[in-house]
Amino acid sequence: MTVAGTGLAIETRGLSKRFGHQDAVDDVDLTVPAGTVFGFLGPNGSGKTTTIRMLLGLASATRGEATVLGQELPGALSSVLPRIGALVEGPAFYPFLSGTANLMRLDSADRYASGSTRRSRVDAALDRVGLTHAAGKRVKAYSLGMKQRLGLASALLSPRELLVLDEPTNGLDPQGTREVRNLIRSFADDGATVFVSSHLLSEVEQMCTHAAIMSAGRLVAQGGLDELRRVGDAHVTVVTPDAERARRRLAAFGFVTDEPAEGSGRVRATVAVEAAAAPESIVAALVADGVRVRGFTVEQVTLEERFVALTGEGFDVVR
Amino acid sequence: MSSAEPGPARAIGERAPLGSPSGEGESRHPSLGISLLVSELSVIYRRPRTWALLAALAAVPILIAVAVRLTDDGPQPGRGPPFLDSITNNGLFVGFTALVVCIPLFLPLTVGVVAGDTIAGEAGHGTLRYLLIVPAGRVRLLLVKYVGAAIFCLSATLTIVLAGTVIGFALFPLGDVTLLSGDTIGPGESTLRLLLVAGYVTVSLLGLSAVGLFISTLTDVPVGAMAATIVIAVASQVVGALPQLAWLHPWLLSNHWLGFGDLLRQPISWDSFGANALLQLGYIALFGALAYGRFTTKDVLS
Repeated sequence: MTVAGTGLAIETRGLSKRFGHQDAVDDVDLTVPAGTVFGFLGPNGSGKTTTIRMLLGLASATRGEATVLGQELPGALSSVLPRIGALVEGPAFYPFLSGTANLMRLDSADRYASGSTRRSRVDAALDRVGLTHAAGKRVKAYSLGMKQRLGLASALLSPRELLVLDEPTNGLDPQGTREVRNLIRSFADDGATVFVSSHLLSEVEQMCTHAAIMSAGRLVAQGGLDELRRVGDAHVTVVTPDAERARRRLAAFGFVTDEPAEGSGRVRATVAVEAAAAPESIVAALVADGVRVRGFTVEQVTLEERFVALTGEGFDVVR
Repeated sequence: MSSAEPGPARAIGERAPLGSPSGEGESRHPSLGISLLVSELSVIYRRPRTWALLAALAAVPILIAVAVRLTDDGPQPGRGPPFLDSITNNGLFVGFTALVVCIPLFLPLTVGVVAGDTIAGEAGHGTLRYLLIVPAGRVRLLLVKYVGAAIFCLSATLTIVLAGTVIGFALFPLGDVTLLSGDTIGPGESTLRLLLVAGYVTVSLLGLSAVGLFISTLTDVPVGAMAATIVIAVASQVVGALPQLAWLHPWLLSNHWLGFGDLLRQPISWDSFGANALLQLGYIALFGALAYGRFTTKDVLS
């Protein structure tokens, strides 16, 4: 649809949200290309959910603009929202109603959803997340994982162009996590854009093609996963008796070599990833210079190191 | 979902034709919200709590009738709630008596629970965000919530009347009813009058429902909204009992709550019904507008 104009499913410019004196989201310029599985990474409390709330019209932005599926928010909310399926801050249901009744309730709130196909669409959504056997049970008897799946099912009641999934694997066992990952891939195969937030880097690495990293309310990096990996340092270690010659050769490739450790026979050098030459050409050049290469290792910065470097480590919640 | 195979294309698999988010290929006429209202009513009436409230209301006429039946002397005229002494002669009076007993506290209590729960309850469950994402539309949701609460008011008063009539028929004779004007009417006509009174009481509760709806938009804690609504109903009656504040009485929510006597005269006088309806409409307009102003601009963070 209109997305084709810019090729972007979500675009924000200077999006900000202030609660009292605290900038929960500060000047975020998010660019989510259509058709991607986009990981929205950040530690707890970094502003991911608040951003999602603004994108879905649940909260108003203090400053900035957002365009979703080619339409300006919040003006076009009522025409954009039917095209979006979402899971925000965990699933939420009426505990005293069954899984089916909960989905029927949500679907009947949708003024564009047809009543005559309601039952079959609800059944299909339940089937797709593997909840058919528990459809008649009251939600209060569901496990957290089952509620999470029911939440995913509610996002699938109608065909969607964009799925916004906030921490979709929270509370799932490894089997459930794998199933959710497969589901997300199948959404993407159907042509939908999937915007999935997570504080788990490994999850994003396994599912996503693109990612953005939030820290303390600010967007600190975004782009294709490969791009994100490339920003940073590459290290090579050469094991050789000809340390001095190796250092000169590596310097010519733009590497900065560490202070030589006396008699270790190892040379460790660092270069920016985007400037790094192919390992095989470095080895060939070293050998051509008469360096006796006994060992050669390349360490790429993992996205994890990058994530940790950008957001801080462990349980230090930023604020 | 036991594996990752795509399976037959369903749900998201069916790509929506242009301009038709529902993907059903139908015209994009938005529904008015009848199905949302039906769904709202089914949520209210499939909830065990609603039935507990209605059961408590139904227990009042039953308690009254059984107590009167088991007492040998029968109630003394002029003691106890109005109509109590007439019950032994006519079972129809059980419903009247129970309504009078329930108006000051029991009915406002149950209405407070349902009206206070409207928005805050959804927020408390977290379902409010999902309803808004669907999107149910904030104004539409607010309207449906209010109509749902109003229908509950009707079902609450009808529950008292129905339980009172059934137990009255079971335990007492059925006879003619002497009206406040001294005229006598038969059981058929009296049943009609009883329903009229139930209608009057329902209308009396509509203003309180609007107050509850507004309070409900202020918080994510349903119990708080319920308690505040009930406190307002009680406070209104306390103020109404103070002669020093007589100037305020015409504006009180509860001013006409017990004024259904006019419906028990021959011919029926509609004055108090009209005055009550007007007052309740005023409350609905004021608190409806406040609820609208609050809810349409509210950040839903629950």
